[in-house]
Amino acid sequence: MSTPNTAKPKTPKALHTKPVDIDQSHAEVAHNDAHHDTAGHGTVKSYLIGFILSVILTAIPFGLTMAHMLPASSLIPVVVAIGVVQILVHLYFFLHMNTSSSQMWNNAAFVFTVLIVGILIVGSLWVMYHLNTNMMPGMMPVE
Amino acid sequence: MSKPANPVDHYENQIDSAYDHNPNDAHHAGDHHDEGPKVTLGFWIYLMSDCILFASIFAGYAVLKDATAGGPNGRELFDLNYVAIETALLLISSLTYGMAMISMEANKLKGVIGWLAMTALCGLGFMGMEIYEFAHLIHEGAGPDRSAFLSAFFTLVGTHGLHVTSGLIWMGAMFVHLFKRGLTPANRIRMMTLSLFWHFLDIIWIGVFTIVYLMGAA
Repeated sequence: MSTPNTAKPKTPKALHTKPVDIDQSHAEVAHNDAHHDTAGHGTVKSYLIGFILSVILTAIPFGLTMAHMLPASSLIPVVVAIGVVQILVHLYFFLHMNTSSSQMWNNAAFVFTVLIVGILIVGSLWVMYHLNTNMMPGMMPVE
Repeated sequence: MSKPANPVDHYENQIDSAYDHNPNDAHHAGDHHDEGPKVTLGFWIYLMSDCILFASIFAGYAVLKDATAGGPNGRELFDLNYVAIETALLLISSLTYGMAMISMEANKLKGVIGWLAMTALCGLGFMGMEIYEFAHLIHEGAGPDRSAFLSAFFTLVGTHGLHVTSGLIWMGAMFVHLFKRGLTPANRIRMMTLSLFWHFLDIIWIGVFTIVYLMGAA
């Protein structure tokens, strides 16, 4: 029943992998290399800043909406704008997006995606709005 | 007993050696091929395609949000206090996952497991609340079959919920990996991609609470 694997003592050392056991210093080097290349690691401070900004940027739109202080026509643009800012905060502080050269392909994929998402959402709303107003006279508003 | 431990271990060793440098490859040191960035870029491209999936569902929701067919609309259905707690849970889970990544940088396995457990608890709490909300709506007669608005609502919020559930299953697997093998190069890459996935879901949730709940109640 006791395979070589389960027979290992449960010490912290045993939790390390074989490559680390064989050559600890080498694994350290490999790890440090990974640092440069992924270029995306935060510090406690950067995560906390991102978190506090997110809490503020969440609390404001919830508070504005729950207080019913603004009419919907001015509330919606404000809420959407704050949402966009919060998405940017998350991308920067949590997903560690930046303009370094190692991130070029990530950023290229991201810009392309933003373009597609914009065409999808704006296009759908535009087409369907005109469809509703032009193609169904007398049937608006749809109950 | 002389056989190599088991197929899983064999596979793991292959992954680790693929992700790790071979110490004998000194002459390749200049143009070393670290798999980590390639894997994260590939995963990033998956996330971008997922983003387009969500954009389609958001577009569908935006088009159908007023098509209530005489049924209840968002203002009558949504409880913003409830949604605020759901949002807080996801936001805290993003912070705790960040702390898990910092523990990983410091090579503290116990810290990684502890913070990951906190993240999973927040995720479970979020899913529990969402399932309760769905059950409540269906019980009230506001299920996905009531109107096009509610179909779009359940599709959008449900797809996000399915993603969170996938993330929780992945975390479960991550615990097994970490307990079994520790912070190996392969596990570091898994933690990195799961980090991207989890933070990405929090970003999608920003879109959901803004467009569905806040604009619905405005």
